Amino acid sequence: MATRQTQLLARALLSPAVILLFIWMIVPLALTVYFSTLHYSLLDPGSESFVGLENFEYFLTDPAFLASLQNTLVLVGSVLLLTIGLGIPLALLLDQPVIGRNIIRLMVIAPFFVMPTVSALVWKNLLMHPVSGLFAWIATSLGMTPIDWFTDAPLLAVIFIVAWQWLPFATLILLTALQSLDEEQKEAAEMDGAGPLSRFIYLTVPHLARPITVVILIETIFLLTVFAEIFVTTGGGPGLQTTNIAFLVYSQALIQFDVGTASAGGLVAVVIANIVAFFLVRIVGRNLEA
Amino acid sequence: MARKVTGRHVAISTLAAWLAGFVIFFPILWMVLASFKTELEAFATPPSFLFFHWTTENYATVQERSDYLHHALNSLIVAGGSTLIAMLIAIPAAWSMAFSPTKRTKDILLWMLSTKMMPPVGVLVPIYLIYKNMGLLDTRTGLVFILCLGNLPIVIWMLFTYFKEIPKDILEAARMDGATIGRELIYVLTPMAIPGLASTLLLNLILAWNEAFWTLNLSTLNAAPLTTFIASYSSPEGLFWARLSAASTLAIAPILIIGWFSQKQLVRGLTFGAVK
Amino acid sequence: MGRITLEGVQKSFGPVHIIKGADLDIPDGAFVVFVGPSGCGKTTLLRLIAGLEDVSGGRILIDGHNVVDVPPAKRGLSMVFQSYALYPHMSVRGNIAFGLKMAGLPKAEINQKVEAAAATLNLTPYLDRKPRELSGGQRQRVAIGRAIVREPKAFLFDEPLSNLDAALRVQMRLEVTRLQKQLGTTAIYVTHDQVEAMTMADKIVVLNAGRIEQYGSPIELYQKPANLFVAGFIGSPKMNFITGPEAAQRGATTIGVRPEHIAVVDDGGEGWSGKVLIAEHLGSDTFLYVDAGALGTLTVRCVGEKRLGAGDAVTLRPEPGRIYRFDNNGLAIFA
Repeated sequence: MATRQTQLLARALLSPAVILLFIWMIVPLALTVYFSTLHYSLLDPGSESFVGLENFEYFLTDPAFLASLQNTLVLVGSVLLLTIGLGIPLALLLDQPVIGRNIIRLMVIAPFFVMPTVSALVWKNLLMHPVSGLFAWIATSLGMTPIDWFTDAPLLAVIFIVAWQWLPFATLILLTALQSLDEEQKEAAEMDGAGPLSRFIYLTVPHLARPITVVILIETIFLLTVFAEIFVTTGGGPGLQTTNIAFLVYSQALIQFDVGTASAGGLVAVVIANIVAFFLVRIVGRNLEA
Repeated sequence: MARKVTGRHVAISTLAAWLAGFVIFFPILWMVLASFKTELEAFATPPSFLFFHWTTENYATVQERSDYLHHALNSLIVAGGSTLIAMLIAIPAAWSMAFSPTKRTKDILLWMLSTKMMPPVGVLVPIYLIYKNMGLLDTRTGLVFILCLGNLPIVIWMLFTYFKEIPKDILEAARMDGATIGRELIYVLTPMAIPGLASTLLLNLILAWNEAFWTLNLSTLNAAPLTTFIASYSSPEGLFWARLSAASTLAIAPILIIGWFSQKQLVRGLTFGAVK
Repeated sequence: MGRITLEGVQKSFGPVHIIKGADLDIPDGAFVVFVGPSGCGKTTLLRLIAGLEDVSGGRILIDGHNVVDVPPAKRGLSMVFQSYALYPHMSVRGNIAFGLKMAGLPKAEINQKVEAAAATLNLTPYLDRKPRELSGGQRQRVAIGRAIVREPKAFLFDEPLSNLDAALRVQMRLEVTRLQKQLGTTAIYVTHDQVEAMTMADKIVVLNAGRIEQYGSPIELYQKPANLFVAGFIGSPKMNFITGPEAAQRGATTIGVRPEHIAVVDDGGEGWSGKVLIAEHLGSDTFLYVDAGALGTLTVRCVGEKRLGAGDAVTLRPEPGRIYRFDNNGLAIFA
């Protein structure tokens, strides 16, 4: 299909998408860079002035930054651990001959389709409410003191909510990968005298290495920007206990109206995401060769 | 294929799998149940599981008190509109890259993917200000536009991987049969691509429907889709659990159904073809 | 009419020269086979003629008109692909009719032509099925039907039989040849299988590394191979090549003898002595692989059943008029 005519047409068809995405990437980012060097508050219009790297200094030395960076890392790390740690056994289980597997699959995948604001509010109220929530009732029935999740362990509560949303994703990807494991390979290993455990270690685990990497990278991209769950449950609090970088930038921009500092913070978030994206793009790119 | 499996093995796995599935699905089930309770029963301890007074009045209240349909329509327009526009831009682009690849095609694809990885907070400030200046805040147009751009890379990627699977031979055969490029698109490519187009459409409808960063930040009331509308229950209205549950059930039901239909394509779409 | 002429046709992908200047004249109505090892450029050459690739240099004439700038759709050729490339969403009828529909023929005429083509190919009962409901051989027939129905100036076949099993391949080989003779349409057929080439072609083009090594009838290629490559490629089992003193003695760098032109003799006369390594008994023929010392391993084809086995000592005698001689450039020396 390599005729000049088609090539020309191909380029014409590709350009709208490329141009749009290019503008979408470059213009706001350039503005963010520009704003980040200004003293610019929406509460004090007309007072914009160039301040160099002062905003970065302010943002990076703000105790809120360190706290939110830590929260971000704890949130991402814990959710990854939970989703993959539970996702592997769950995927293995669903890969077994199970009666009604399709229905179970539907139930397991469902949380992923629930919009973040709904899952956050349902968990916060119906499940985690310290008095009337279901968890409180379970705890009381078992003779324990109910946990006041959003006061005593707010970050953990957010982690649980987000992990619940992403567990289906990890499970589904790992299950898909498991099902693509060649049955003949398993049988060959069985003929070679490998028991279930060694089959798992020498066949399944190496086979899952790649999908696990993919899950880690993609989840990380999304988890770095968790926002709605915090927005509707804790509003970043109490104090800064559930403020992550995304929420911190939001609050600086749209609550404190400090455009300069928020822009500096936004760029910090871009840098962090890019580090992850770098690895993800390489993995996906390698896959493109095939 | 026919591996020997003992009955006990099946029984144990089945039991464990159903248990796990139930636990994971439970919050949704609990929410749906609560939506049929009265506010008092929804709040009651000990909770009642099935033997409560079933009522549908919450669904009526949600519509009466907060104009649920208005927000559902917003969601539909924003999610549907952004997806459709993204498809219109993406189909030619993906077609071009799949069937007339050049040396740079791979780089372009990866670059498109990388735009998806930019965290939205990185550009929240300029987008917010641009929208404010252009009067796009709290408008459906504004939301359609931003969600369209946000999902465009995924749409292009998904379509690209689907188009890639259509054998080039068949398109060349059409060309040999005297079809012009336009007719080739209409008679050969499109019918063969329909399954791929449909799943791309569905997955992006889901993503756009559930998008909760831009919708929360750029809409308040007039253009507020269901994500923003549900978020309004986080404050005082949060006390009305049954009503919250009814609104939530309505908000997720259509997407849950679409999602269940497109779950196979989900993996592929969300991993940019890295896992199939 | 369908006379196809190539004049200095070249094709390169970036720095890689796939076709290094091909000149060829294919007369109207001829069945020409492009044959060569994989990667020799035979498929590329076919696609250049089809217009699915642009030439990097040279001219392609169809009935005297240069078509290098004419899109494939307008060249009046039809093609049968290796994968058949049937439209999966159309019925057999739709597949065969597609080209006619694109040409804007009236419905009645299309129907009549499709029915006729289907009858020729025994496809009538399957007209309303989808390609996926057909067997490999049937799909192959649909692909051919799609090609013939348009009454093109020439058929282009790109290894069309390579996905069929052995028995079906032989049958389709006959059908394609018969059909082409019946229609009298020029055909260019690409294959890597020299048996297909020998059995089907009026003329064979042997390609190697982007060059045309020889162009001639099957018997010409068999009897007078122009060079070592053609000599080794045409004929099965492969021709034996011998270098060194045995060749020098006959005034050549290399001599070649076909397995069928070596006799096993026991009359005590002159000959090459050797020891049988393996004997393959096919019934009608026996293939011997003989270790002939300094001459290397020679393949010998004997007619009928030979009571020889591994380890037996034999004397081999080449047929005098059937020894091919090649100079140090690998070119044939015709005395």
